Amino acid sequence: MTPKTRYMLPLYAVIIMIPILYLGLQSDPSELPSQYIGKPAPDFDLPMLKDPAKNVSTADLQGKVSLVNIWATWCGGCRAEHAFLMQLSREKTIPIYAINWRDNRPKALSWLAELGDPYVASGFDEDGRVGIDWGVYGAPETFLVNTEGHVVYRFTGPLNRASWEEEFVPRIAELTK
Amino acid sequence: MMQRIVIFFTFIFLTVTAFAIDTGKAFDDPAMQARYEHLIAEIRCVTCQNQTIKDSNAFIAADLRREIRRLMEEGKDDDEIADFLVTRYGDFVLYRPRFAGKTLALWIAPFLLVLFGGFAIFRVIRHRMTLSVDEDGKAQ
Repeated sequence: MTPKTRYMLPLYAVIIMIPILYLGLQSDPSELPSQYIGKPAPDFDLPMLKDPAKNVSTADLQGKVSLVNIWATWCGGCRAEHAFLMQLSREKTIPIYAINWRDNRPKALSWLAELGDPYVASGFDEDGRVGIDWGVYGAPETFLVNTEGHVVYRFTGPLNRASWEEEFVPRIAELTK
Repeated sequence: MMQRIVIFFTFIFLTVTAFAIDTGKAFDDPAMQARYEHLIAEIRCVTCQNQTIKDSNAFIAADLRREIRRLMEEGKDDDEIADFLVTRYGDFVLYRPRFAGKTLALWIAPFLLVLFGGFAIFRVIRHRMTLSVDEDGKAQ
């Protein structure tokens, strides 16, 4: 090694580090990747929020591309995304299933009565067991499920038009082509 | 007067604020309870990521404690309980990552770095030993 290359070594090291550190800046350290990407959606069978006599389960997710939205009335982000979910349901882009997570039934029902119900069906997960099975760590979370009932993608935080166009539209196009 | 003030402040500082985080019922068997306390001190709260579920009062932590309690009552051992959590939340949920798979680099990297650094130091020292020194004490 000539002295010149030796003196240049730190500079080379910095040049190599820059893109790595830059990528590090982009990633959100609090984000936990879902363990179910590419795997079957975790089994659940929950009483429906609106009609406890009926059930909503993993079987309902078979044979179509759908969303599974985790929501609760105590969750501020859920209120923030609700109007957008209403838009999605009006546009009939994709069926939206829901898990009403650790909530109170009367409160949840009055929320839907007041703000509208964008869901095909909401399962009522009162004690949060199904939430744990899905690896939920905070509401809202939105899972994209393919026709075989496998999880393709998970989005954490409130959905809006911009994140929808960016994250969901291309994936759904891929799944339905 | 002074004495009273001293006593007053002494007692002020002696008070310890205690919040009962885990409100679940203790196991009847002290050994089970000890195992439970040990387990929950090893599991990361997934929303408040620098706390264990033992220290966190987030409701998800309470849910995870309840699940661990239930699994223990079902007779699951510690590995099975860790598996249950890792399947759902990934390796990150364990405070002490396992020595396998994706976490292998975490365990091995420090030793590799020490080896690499030691080798570099060895090379530098050996190189310096070969340098001759002139009368002024400067390396040539």
